[in-house]
Amino acid sequence: MSTQAEHGHGDHGSHASVKFYWMIGGILAALTALEVAAYYMELGAIEVPLLLILSAAKFVLVVGFFMHLKFDSRVFTGVFVAGLVLAVFMVSALILLYHWVPGFTSVAAGSA
Amino acid sequence: MAEAAAVAHDDHHYTSTGLNSWKVGFWTFIGSECLFFGTLLSTYMVYKGAALQGPYPGDVFDIPLTTISTFVLLMSSLAMVLALDGVQRGNKRLALFWLGVVIVFGSIFLGFQYYEFTHFVHEGLTLQQSVFGSTFFVLTGFHGAHVTVGVIWMISLFVMGLRDKLPPEKALSVEIAGLYWHFVDIVWIVIFVLVYLIP
Amino acid sequence: MSVSTAPAPATSPETHHEDTGLWSWITTVDHKRIGIMYFVTSLFFLGVGGIEALIIRLQLFSPENQLISAQVYNQLFTMHGTTMIFLVAMPQAVAFFNYIVPLQIGARDVAFPRLNALSYWIYLFGAIYLNVSWFVGAAPNTSWVGYANLTSTQFSPGLNVDFWVLGLSILGVSSIMGGVNFITTIINLRAPGMKLMRMPLFTWMTFVTSFLLVTALPVIAVALILLAFDRFFATNFFVASAGGDPVLWQHLFWIFGHPEVYILVLPAFGVISDVIPAFSRKPLFGYPVVVYAGVLIGFIGWGVWSHHMFTSGLGPIADSFFVASTMIIAIPTGVKIFNWMATMWGGAIRFTTAMMFAVGLVALFTVGGLSGIMHSSAPVDLQQHDSYFVVAHFHYVIVGGILLGMFSGVYYWFPKVTGRLLDEKLGKLHFWSTIIGFNLTFFPMHFSGMYGMPRRTWTYRAELNVEIYNQLSTVGAFFLGASTLLLLWNIWKSLKSGEKAGHNPWGAPTLEWSIPSPPHHYNFPALPEVRSREPLWNDDERAAIEAVTLHEPATEPEMPNPSFWPIVVAFGITITWALVMTGIWWVPLLGLAFTALGVYAWAFEDPFKKKAAH
Repeated sequence: MSTQAEHGHGDHGSHASVKFYWMIGGILAALTALEVAAYYMELGAIEVPLLLILSAAKFVLVVGFFMHLKFDSRVFTGVFVAGLVLAVFMVSALILLYHWVPGFTSVAAGSA
Repeated sequence: MAEAAAVAHDDHHYTSTGLNSWKVGFWTFIGSECLFFGTLLSTYMVYKGAALQGPYPGDVFDIPLTTISTFVLLMSSLAMVLALDGVQRGNKRLALFWLGVVIVFGSIFLGFQYYEFTHFVHEGLTLQQSVFGSTFFVLTGFHGAHVTVGVIWMISLFVMGLRDKLPPEKALSVEIAGLYWHFVDIVWIVIFVLVYLIP
Repeated sequence: MSVSTAPAPATSPETHHEDTGLWSWITTVDHKRIGIMYFVTSLFFLGVGGIEALIIRLQLFSPENQLISAQVYNQLFTMHGTTMIFLVAMPQAVAFFNYIVPLQIGARDVAFPRLNALSYWIYLFGAIYLNVSWFVGAAPNTSWVGYANLTSTQFSPGLNVDFWVLGLSILGVSSIMGGVNFITTIINLRAPGMKLMRMPLFTWMTFVTSFLLVTALPVIAVALILLAFDRFFATNFFVASAGGDPVLWQHLFWIFGHPEVYILVLPAFGVISDVIPAFSRKPLFGYPVVVYAGVLIGFIGWGVWSHHMFTSGLGPIADSFFVASTMIIAIPTGVKIFNWMATMWGGAIRFTTAMMFAVGLVALFTVGGLSGIMHSSAPVDLQQHDSYFVVAHFHYVIVGGILLGMFSGVYYWFPKVTGRLLDEKLGKLHFWSTIIGFNLTFFPMHFSGMYGMPRRTWTYRAELNVEIYNQLSTVGAFFLGASTLLLLWNIWKSLKSGEKAGHNPWGAPTLEWSIPSPPHHYNFPALPEVRSREPLWNDDERAAIEAVTLHEPATEPEMPNPSFWPIVVAFGITITWALVMTGIWWVPLLGLAFTALGVYAWAFEDPFKKKAAH
């Protein structure tokens, strides 16, 4: 694989990006390692927020750099984020309703 | 953008933003897919801890194994951008090599999933066993179906490349396939944390 | 086909050759033809859903009536609701999106013409599939909301719910693709100078509606998939005894269902936001406010869903939140109402039929909006839930809002589509009979509901003292049904011998009125340059635009070829879903393989490949 990589940026770098992509790939791998480490270390109260932040960081890296959203037209960001925001809102709302809101009784919450 | 509007009044490639319509449409579709997986994920999260009988998540999940398959899928995204880069430079060898890596890594991921599913069923966790089984298999199953579609798409591009039908002018069709592939990857990023790692 | 007032010469049959045979309609990718097909199909299903409603009303004419059985009644009200929402209101709006939006923004077609054809064919096949259930005696019977666990195999073992869950899944695919198509079209195919804040309001509302389509439909798609798994693969998503939660179905359904309400009503708002200024001879009052109000409605519409579920016991905190958000969403809607009235204020109003329907919407939708605010309050809602009061409320919103808006659009744009005006005398008769029939049908339901008559119940006891209200409703329903025949008669008459319209019979300000009626298949010979919101109301701008749009070019612009693959893929998708009914997991894969072949053939077809010279 490494020979191919060298071959990659051996090509005159009109993009200057191949190296950059490898770097992002490396960061993603490192973040994944951190996630798994956090899982095994059982950090208590900060574990869940930490995991969420780490995965959000990976999410942003892939969307921003691999999918080029950071450099591309804001139109793409707009149509994507419209859906993403509503999805995040819906997931959070349902989690809140079922696992946090007091007085909400349902089969699922009741047996939890 | 302004020049684009001025030159191309009478061309069927004219767009008001200067952006390619397929790309705008595909990003919109990805926004829509966020809601699709968001709903599946909601269902999983709502039913977290609601299974009436085992096996429970802690009994079946094999974190080291899933970490490997997660890593493989993540690296396939890296291969995808490198493949696109190859096509954009008109470097057929490079493009085909990295497309091949995407196909192989995607297939490895699917292989892991096949192993995981059969292993879970052996442990007694079937689709019908509990709401954990139902939500888990449907969520990850639909993700797996998306990966499968992606692999088929990549194989199609690979064959086109072999036949010299992926010149730099066609980079957009690889870019859009790439958007799909990366999206499938970010869905897994979320699933890996919410389903596997958060207890 | 060229019109009297247009300065253009008659088209020569040699250069302007358009196929008209059946095959040309099956393979068409022209947004105008697809729009017409959407319209005709949805009108047909308006008849089907209307007949279902009339049978319901006959059954309820007198207490303890034995005209039909409770089982048939269940199928009728389920199919009435499902048909009117998914097979009439949505596609009717899409018919207008298709025909009008590209003309309003100065485009030659939508962004993805073949995808557009695919959306139509899936809609048609899905609609047929859903209605085939009548002929096997198993029409869906668990109401259009299909609440769990009534829909489980335990309580609904027959094919009824299978038809419903699979049929709606098919239709959802069509709507999502339509949404993607129109978002892309509006973002990308606006003529030079047509900035977002210069777009006609109908285009704006199409834009907002399309976002709701691509975001809300996936939610119901997943809910239907989960239900299908419950029914075909014995999972337990909504089975309480196995840990599932039937209330989750309600959440998922209404997370989709409430944005769906705005999917239905925003296009009608868009129509009248174009009609009212045109016939008041005044620009829309507070254009940006109307736009932002529409966007805000679309957004807040995502945060109110649980007001449909106050009786399911969400607890005081959740209830309070949804009461507040529901009351807040009334504000942007109220803003729109005031904007329409302020537009008319001081205007040179012409009460054409289109304008009368638009004003009728403002009045009747307000009535529905007010009863809506009443049951936004949870304690009030607990009393009204599942009573005829709610039926009155949402028919005022849906018939008084959406149907009147669509009728307004029909009278307004018919001349553009056909080149001929509809008869105004018949039109006014249609309007007044609609208003009378509508109010006679639905106003008494407020009372029967308040007296405690429950909805979705096949009969009632005489002691409830609601017979008179039901009789009024039944008489009104037949009146309303008959009034719709006036529209059909009007359309028929006008197609045969209607007055020629000219390219801008109303003196309207927007771009679609700058091209001949009916338009050429390429719409615009060259793209016009837009400089304002009301381009045809500024004399020099109109002259400049019409010099371009009414010009007959020597060579026609290149348009995409017809394609056979959309109907093939649509058939494949429908068959795939229908085969799920077999309950054998691999059988649908056959349909999927067929679909995949169609997709490949489609992907490698060049839509601009030159045809052999004819």
